[in-house]
Amino acid sequence: MIPAEFEYARPRDVGEALRILSERAGDAKVLSGGYSLLPLLKLRLASPSLVVDIGHVAGLDGIAEQDGELRIGARVTHARLAADASIAARYPVVHEAAGGIGDPQVRNWGTIGGSCAHADPSSDWPAVLIATRASLLCRSVNGDRTIAARDFFVDAFQTAIEPDELLVEIRIPTPAPGTASAYKKLERRAGDFATVGVAVQLHLGADGRIDQAGVGLTAVAETPFAATDAEAVLIGAAPGADVFKRAAAAAAAQSRPAEDRHGPVDYKRAMVAEMTGRALTAAAARLHPTA
Amino acid sequence: MSNRHVTVTVNGETREADVEPRLLLVHLLRDTFMLTGTHVGCDTSNCGACTVMVDGRSAKSCTMLAAQADGATITTIEGMADGATLHPLQQAFWDQHGLQCGFCTPGMMMQASWLLGQNPDPTDQEVREGIAGNLCRCTGYVNIVKAIQQAAGEMRAKQDAAAEPVAAR
Repeated sequence: MIPAEFEYARPRDVGEALRILSERAGDAKVLSGGYSLLPLLKLRLASPSLVVDIGHVAGLDGIAEQDGELRIGARVTHARLAADASIAARYPVVHEAAGGIGDPQVRNWGTIGGSCAHADPSSDWPAVLIATRASLLCRSVNGDRTIAARDFFVDAFQTAIEPDELLVEIRIPTPAPGTASAYKKLERRAGDFATVGVAVQLHLGADGRIDQAGVGLTAVAETPFAATDAEAVLIGAAPGADVFKRAAAAAAAQSRPAEDRHGPVDYKRAMVAEMTGRALTAAAARLHPTA
Repeated sequence: MSNRHVTVTVNGETREADVEPRLLLVHLLRDTFMLTGTHVGCDTSNCGACTVMVDGRSAKSCTMLAAQADGATITTIEGMADGATLHPLQQAFWDQHGLQCGFCTPGMMMQASWLLGQNPDPTDQEVREGIAGNLCRCTGYVNIVKAIQQAAGEMRAKQDAAAEPVAAR
């Protein structure tokens, strides 16, 4: 399969990339790792007149904790995030999601920014960013804009990024002591996109009750979304099998899965409940109440 | 659309070509450089038959533009053997019958060489996870895992042997 013709630009820095995007807004596509965009180009589902390869743009590949946030450059690969020992220890939901994306070659080249900007409705990162209440930093020649993950994923393959903007950084709030998280994904075969993916993050208050809850679901609606009904069930409750079961049922009820080759709607709803329950149980096992 | 001049180092040799921006790396390797050991299987980023090493990272060359690889160092299956001496992975696939039709084999070996670079002493489970992006429709993977483990053992032994004179000093 051969993509349609396009021009190719390889900017060296963010400024040059932004100038190109500003001049060619609406008619350029940004290429990061390529594992989302290349298949689209080959299937001719996308045929931009210009491909802007940011693979050699400096300054987009950092991982740092700063000002109460984990700041991940848009060009950081899934493999680097999966291999980072500090992230594994402090951000288990990020570690677990990163290591389960695609296959080793996809993780070697695919990037967190590329995946988020592509916004496949079955991709893993959106669920994680929704559950952790992360934000995404977009930049244009006119300046910076920070968008909450919960406002970023607008529809299938549609985000809040403007055509002249470049996604430059993902910012995940550093969890307070007493926070635990987990990612659980049901995939039919190794390397498949999720049939259901669930990211959860819980914070336990001094009274032993959950006072912050994030539940992000992927693959079971037109776009990844926050299971706010499940979050409401969790808030104020002490962690336990009963409340997790009710939260899982609420997540299933709020999901809007479509029947496809992975299964019918009823099956998918049942799997939302199952995987939400497993993710909550896994996170709770990591919870250590603190004052 | 203007062509782009691409310079890459393939198996230790500098190679250049003028390419259309839409040319895929696998086609640069196969059709321009005539390195046909790299196979096109699914052409949809799934099967891994086109796996090559690009700057030390295994990549599916059907999912990378030739232009993206400009300036990169690439190793293909043709660069694996040392003259007439097979690489331990090649010998091990032979010894362990790690192939039947052989179509997936170049990509499988390139991915295995990346895996053993990352993890010289993997468990069988780690081998299976390491080749999860490479599909073989003949073997059921059992002999492929055996072959990679044989090669891993031999490569570790070679490393130890090479390190010995230093340790003895």
